[in-house]
Amino acid sequence: MYAFDFVKPASLDEAVAALGQEGAQPLSGGQTLLASMKQRLNAPDVLVSLRGIAALKGVSREGDALVIGAATTHATVAAEAASDYPGLAALAGQIGDPSVRNMGTLGGSLANNDPSACYPAGVLGSGATVVTNRREIAADDFFQGMFTTALEEGEIITSVRFPIPQKAAYAKFLQPASRFALTAAYVAKFADGVRVAITGASEEGVFRWAEAEAALASDFRPEALDGLSVPADGMIGDLHGTPAYRAHLVGVMTRRAVAAAG
Amino acid sequence: MTTVTMTVNGKSVSAPAEGRTLLAQYLREGLQLTGTHIGCDTSQCGACVVLVDGRAVKSCSVLAMDMDGAEVTTIEGMTNPDGSLGTIQQAFQDHHGLQCGFCTPGMVMAAAALLSENPKPTEAEVRHYLEGNICRCTGYHNIVKAVLAASGQDVGSLGAVAAE
Ligand SMILES: Cc1cc2nc3c(=O)[nH]c(=O)nc-3n(C[C@H](O)[C@H](O)[C@H](O)COP(=O)(O)OP(=O)(O)OC[C@H]3O[C@@H](n4cnc5c(N)ncnc54)[C@H](O)[C@@H]3O)c2cc1C
Ligand code: FES
Ligand code: FES
Repeated sequence: MYAFDFVKPASLDEAVAALGQEGAQPLSGGQTLLASMKQRLNAPDVLVSLRGIAALKGVSREGDALVIGAATTHATVAAEAASDYPGLAALAGQIGDPSVRNMGTLGGSLANNDPSACYPAGVLGSGATVVTNRREIAADDFFQGMFTTALEEGEIITSVRFPIPQKAAYAKFLQPASRFALTAAYVAKFADGVRVAITGASEEGVFRWAEAEAALASDFRPEALDGLSVPADGMIGDLHGTPAYRAHLVGVMTRRAVAAAG
Repeated sequence: MTTVTMTVNGKSVSAPAEGRTLLAQYLREGLQLTGTHIGCDTSQCGACVVLVDGRAVKSCSVLAMDMDGAEVTTIEGMTNPDGSLGTIQQAFQDHHGLQCGFCTPGMVMAAAALLSENPKPTEAEVRHYLEGNICRCTGYHNIVKAVLAASGQDVGSLGAVAAE
């Protein structure tokens, strides 16, 4: 890693001010950022740790929604969201391994928007709202392609507001070496419709599978998806799977998620 | 350089650190606690696992300065007060849970985190919890057996595996 200055503010205001400096970048769990700095893919001049800001941490119920602070670890979400939103808690509990879950955070995962990450599927599939220090961004507008989001320079995710569905489940086909999803589906059934979000498949990153949503809205059973498929065109192809294989997995994992949601 | 202070294995310690000093480096180079190993340096292998405030963390992937004030336990803190092997360490020796020993500090610390959360895990729970710890030598069976034995469970039914 190249040398950098490290600061750890205790409040959001101080963090925002520190991030106004030239070359400053937020550090949350560091489970992605530090590795990319070691590889010198990233060389910030100042790292602003968000780990000391109590207001960015925690899981709380607000009416029909569950609000999770951006610096809340995956392990905390797995434990503390379990009673209010078990589908999302189960997703958090499948990320990486225990040590990664003890450090990695919701905000870091969303800001990074890895095309094979789990949380983008949970957030898009829930129709959640990403709250920043400047504005609120609907999940449908937040994810803008592989490693790209609606966040602007110096903008910090502060929390995410998840509407709680009637039923939801995440089905992940594990890529055991990276521990990310080879392909995974998040399905959430609300009173007014169904959302299906797919990660680990498209070269555009996480996406909604509209045909499956329409079919499941009238018949929430795995069989409702019979005959539906996504085109292999635009799917990721690498040594772990061809585009056609991933397109096939989209159908398989969506069926499994519907079955698991019950 | 800034001085970073932590409680490591029950003792308050200080050592200088740069922004980029990793917790693993701070422990190994700053405090000369070389029991914590660095295998991959990319948070894949788990050789560097230590406990931070009681939770398993990969010390190659956290900054020392971010851990200022934390309570850290390393493999050196796992022995009994008289210096003899602690329960988990002794179980690894008794059940041949190590060969070259490179992964062992991380395995023992991950096992310690597991047993503090779940004092009587099933075999499946042990395997699941150790997913982030890679061993090139043992084939894992004897590690799992050692962790189950350390939890006080009977491992006789798991069958004899290698060199026992
Ligand atoms: C071995 C391993 C296995 C993993 N397995 C999985 C998996 O199965 N599924 C999965 O989804 N992920 C997985 N991950 C990634 C993990 O979930 C990371 O925690 C996550 O990608 C990044 O979160 P972080 O808190 O560590 O962020 P950091 O690494 O600290 O930051 C990541 C990026 O986000 C920015 N950032 C951080 N916080 C904010 C904020 N609040 N506002 C704006 N920008 C911010 C940073 O500047 C940086 O650019 C794995 C990682 C490892 C090392
Ligand atoms: S050295 Fe830290 S995980 Fe491999
Ligand atoms: S004993 Fe050699 S790597 Fe595990």
